[in-house]
Amino acid sequence: MATALRPLSRISRGWRPRVLEHLATLLLWLVFATPVAIGVLGTVLPAFGILPELGGSSLSLQPWRQLFNVPGLPEAVLLSLTTGLGTTAISFLIVIAFSAHWHGTRWFGRLRRLLSPLLSVPHVAIAIGFAFLIAPSGWIYRVLAALGLAAGLPPDLSTVQDRHGLALILGLILKEVPFLLLMMLVALGQVRVGESLTIARALGHSRSAAWQAIVLPQLYPQLRLPIYAVLAYSASVVDVALILGPTTPPSLAVLVWRGFHDPDLNQIFWASAGACLQLLIALFAILLWRLGELVASASGRRRIVAGWPGRPSRIAASAAFAGAALVVAAAMAGLAATLLWSFTKSWTIGSAMPEALTLATWMQQLPVALKALTATAVIGISSAMAALLLTIALLEEERRESLKARQRHYWLLYAPLLLPQIGFLFGIETLLVRSDLDGTWSGLVWTHFLFVLPYVYLSLSEPWRALDPRYERTARCLGRGPLAVLVTLKLPLLVRPILVALALGFAVSVGQYLPTLFAGAGRFQTLTTEAVALAAGGDRRVVGVYTALQMFLPALGFALALGLTRRRFQRSEAGV
Amino acid sequence: MSSGLVLDAATLGLPGRPPLFRELSLRTGPGEIVTLIGRSGSGKSSLLAYLTGTLDPIFIASGQIRVDGRDVSQLPPERRRIGILFQDDLLFPHLTVGENLAYALPASVSGRRQRRERIAAALAEGQLTGFEDRDPSTLSGGQRARVAVLRALLAEPKALLLDEPFARLDQALRSQFRTFVFEHARAQALPMLMVSHDPADAVAAEGPVVELAPFADAAAASSTAAPRSFNR
Repeated sequence: MATALRPLSRISRGWRPRVLEHLATLLLWLVFATPVAIGVLGTVLPAFGILPELGGSSLSLQPWRQLFNVPGLPEAVLLSLTTGLGTTAISFLIVIAFSAHWHGTRWFGRLRRLLSPLLSVPHVAIAIGFAFLIAPSGWIYRVLAALGLAAGLPPDLSTVQDRHGLALILGLILKEVPFLLLMMLVALGQVRVGESLTIARALGHSRSAAWQAIVLPQLYPQLRLPIYAVLAYSASVVDVALILGPTTPPSLAVLVWRGFHDPDLNQIFWASAGACLQLLIALFAILLWRLGELVASASGRRRIVAGWPGRPSRIAASAAFAGAALVVAAAMAGLAATLLWSFTKSWTIGSAMPEALTLATWMQQLPVALKALTATAVIGISSAMAALLLTIALLEEERRESLKARQRHYWLLYAPLLLPQIGFLFGIETLLVRSDLDGTWSGLVWTHFLFVLPYVYLSLSEPWRALDPRYERTARCLGRGPLAVLVTLKLPLLVRPILVALALGFAVSVGQYLPTLFAGAGRFQTLTTEAVALAAGGDRRVVGVYTALQMFLPALGFALALGLTRRRFQRSEAGV
Repeated sequence: MSSGLVLDAATLGLPGRPPLFRELSLRTGPGEIVTLIGRSGSGKSSLLAYLTGTLDPIFIASGQIRVDGRDVSQLPPERRRIGILFQDDLLFPHLTVGENLAYALPASVSGRRQRRERIAAALAEGQLTGFEDRDPSTLSGGQRARVAVLRALLAEPKALLLDEPFARLDQALRSQFRTFVFEHARAQALPMLMVSHDPADAVAAEGPVVELAPFADAAAASSTAAPRSFNR
């Protein structure tokens, strides 16, 4: 009998060419997955001496020897590891502790509403704000001085760019806590937390203990990938490290970036080896974290078996709240400081606020910044639109192809998030050079698209899948084809999440630093590249203007997305 | 060829598992209502999805579906002309009541005025005259359910599937709405296949009842595993 069975696909879809059905996946391979793979390859090969353009034609270990002779390499490697693991561990701890003690209370909602706007702010803006806050002559010192708690010239302390990368870790935490909290909220939406908690507490466990033992294990699988992404990112970040990180030696990614950036092109060989090392370090950090997961889960189980109901701890709850509140306060105050500086005329040490405000800096800088502003907007809108179109095509394909396609897309899209940017951008640049696309708008937009696509997909896939599939079935049975159903039914019903995904993609693009530099061949300045360049020793007023613009652009995107769509179809968004 | 909705020797299942049912054959004539009963998991919903052509592609299926003698098994859902009503009304929330109905009206009904008249006439049949511009969310449950039926019928289907369409309504509305659906579908001489858990539905349908037995049970009972079919 089994021989009589035919796959249904052949029955119901014989009228449609098969290539078309997989067009989205094909495109994903062509414009996303393969280029990323080529990018990695194009970084690995020069690390072993192969780069014909620079006369490297035979395999050699010379680049690695050069790399190991670079002064400060061991410290750089160590810094990358401590930054990555430190940032991730502290951020994760804050998010977990805050959720465990405060989820379901009014305060959780309040702080969450304060944290979510921070998501749209580029890393660089947060980092600059933080530097404005904690620098020896930063806002904190000025307030202290105004209160009479400090006097005279700012202390000769390296509060920013300290040797151990503490400022770097703290600055990264300000951005990663909101991100992980959002991921936590997404996960919370899919687990029946309330009921699990009620049952556990009825069995005599304290709230936070129940959270740890019952809720967290259910949430963690969904948090794993975002956590790994944070780990890989913070272990290899360049832009934030240029602002807050140590300089001699810097962390590995910055060291490698200097090598790639060096006017002497032969430095590219050891820099490529360094990029490979960076890939390995990110992988190593993830492995370490995975090990930690196993230990934690084993000890958790032991505790459950041994019986550990936990005690409600006021101190722990307060500490958790303080941690999250500090993150919000520091990030907000930093951003306020940059805004304030952009309007400052004079601000002498000893007063908490500027003595005189002026519009002069804005009037002066806006015409200059206009070019970078336009470039940022054009690149952001184009890459986000391209990512949105491909995402919709992928999600439509999944609807027909079901689970298998979904898993395929998931790995193809998210694996690149675990790769340090510096680990494959040089290969992308080489690819662009070879196809005559480097330093062109299309090359630049496409490079940004590589980083925008995973986030657009991440943002849109949940609401897309949550749409009750029976709407589509009903419309099909009313005689409408798949394309008509997409245009007349799904796009209008999902307009809000679609615009939000677009705004998120735009925000991601605005925040990019390395991709612009690698693909732009030095011909393009965006707000982010300008802000980083100016941050090193620039006038705080001017830096303030660029940071404010950097904040403003993504926020405008989200405001438009949310403002244009009223909350009308909540029932359908929630799905069944 | 015979008129009505015919399912011929359908076998449906997931790869690597025993089929949900094997060689199932059914026929429902014009104006006739076949009631499909069976435990959850017996494949009732999958069968309906197979008929409409919206079955999840991981299923493996064989068999033939004929509507008024025409084999539609190879056609996409929109060309099968098989309508379906679910438990929920599934009115498209971004469209008005009138637009929901217009969505179903075939393009062959052309001319703005003619289309508007058809919709007005349909609404009148459901005692919903003048509801064209209403937002579906402002309608009562019973009104919404009637719009859903009118919408399904306006598409001029050749057969109608009912996936427990009365389950969500309270007792008082239920029999009233059931009569509404049956009368209107019979007026168009539609063959109907209804999935229901409520014996009252089957009685009101006045047609054959088919029980889909889970395959494992059926296999134990007989090797051919034909579905039991009986008349009331």
